[in-house]
Amino acid sequence: MKSFGRINLLLLLAVVALAVAPLALGLGSGEEPFTGADALAEEAIVADHPDYEPWFSSIYEPPSGEIESALFALQAALGAGFLGYYFGVARTRQRLRDERTATGDTAAD
Amino acid sequence: MHIAEGYLPPVQAAAWFAVSTPFVIHGTRNLVHQVRGNPDAKLLLGASGAFTFVLSALKIPSVTGSCSHPTGVGLGAILFRAPVMSVLGTIVLLFQALLLAHGGLSTLGANVFSMAIVGPWVAYGVFVLVRRLGGGLGVSVFCAAALADLATYCVTSAQLALAFPDPDSGFVGALAKFGSIFALTQIPLAISEGLLTVLVVRLLTRVSPQELRRLGLLRRPATTGGVAA
Repeated sequence: MKSFGRINLLLLLAVVALAVAPLALGLGSGEEPFTGADALAEEAIVADHPDYEPWFSSIYEPPSGEIESALFALQAALGAGFLGYYFGVARTRQRLRDERTATGDTAAD
Repeated sequence: MHIAEGYLPPVQAAAWFAVSTPFVIHGTRNLVHQVRGNPDAKLLLGASGAFTFVLSALKIPSVTGSCSHPTGVGLGAILFRAPVMSVLGTIVLLFQALLLAHGGLSTLGANVFSMAIVGPWVAYGVFVLVRRLGGGLGVSVFCAAALADLATYCVTSAQLALAFPDPDSGFVGALAKFGSIFALTQIPLAISEGLLTVLVVRLLTRVSPQELRRLGLLRRPATTGGVAA
């Protein structure tokens, strides 16, 4: 039981360390450090193929960086919210199952 | 791994749509079939979709000095097999294309192919392979999720190299260039995604051992009801 939680914590810490290390080591470079790779690819295309014209543009574009980050936060919140809901439901269901087996009622599963 | 709106020549954009569509149709049928056959799985299926939703919204800095995001498709592919994730991945990509101007409708076929088709198939294939070779659940899940993440970005690099070969060195030169932008950046993120997927699967073995057994991830224990670690 104890090592289960400890390993989970270590996994989480490793993820945090991997994300923070590039920032802490100051690996960002250029005018705007830590730009998105998607944007860098776009720049590379424009640099090598200056005559390429994107032939289609987004139907809707968030009017500002704030709105965009709000929508990204919404996406993450929806996902995290549902995951939290799932684990809450599943944990309770599992506990009820365990209690039932403990009291000897094996009919239900 | 999002190819921006309009950044694929029309013919190639159409070709990627043609390639991806059958996978998504097959995935939709498979999804309906699995939900009908096992209504209890609906919630876990939703959780797999939610995992992709969260992870693909997280932009994480990488050693190359740029930012990228994991895909989160490995978890669902391991639990429900690859076809289902072609549907859930497409939903995520549509959400981002329509609301966030991230990726695009014209490039949806190509982005679906990399993130919602190749990623999940790599995850499922690697998972089965490592399991067969005797790898434990944690190791198998880690390899599957991390390599699926990396494979997605390699496919994006190849798609862009096909569309925009280098003026001097052609496809190979462009592949190296886009690979250094995407695939290299993605290595630490792929490791993170692997670790996070392992974490979620570990928690699932605690709270949903029955479901995992039904899906074939956990072997049936001699006595039921015990808490599998």
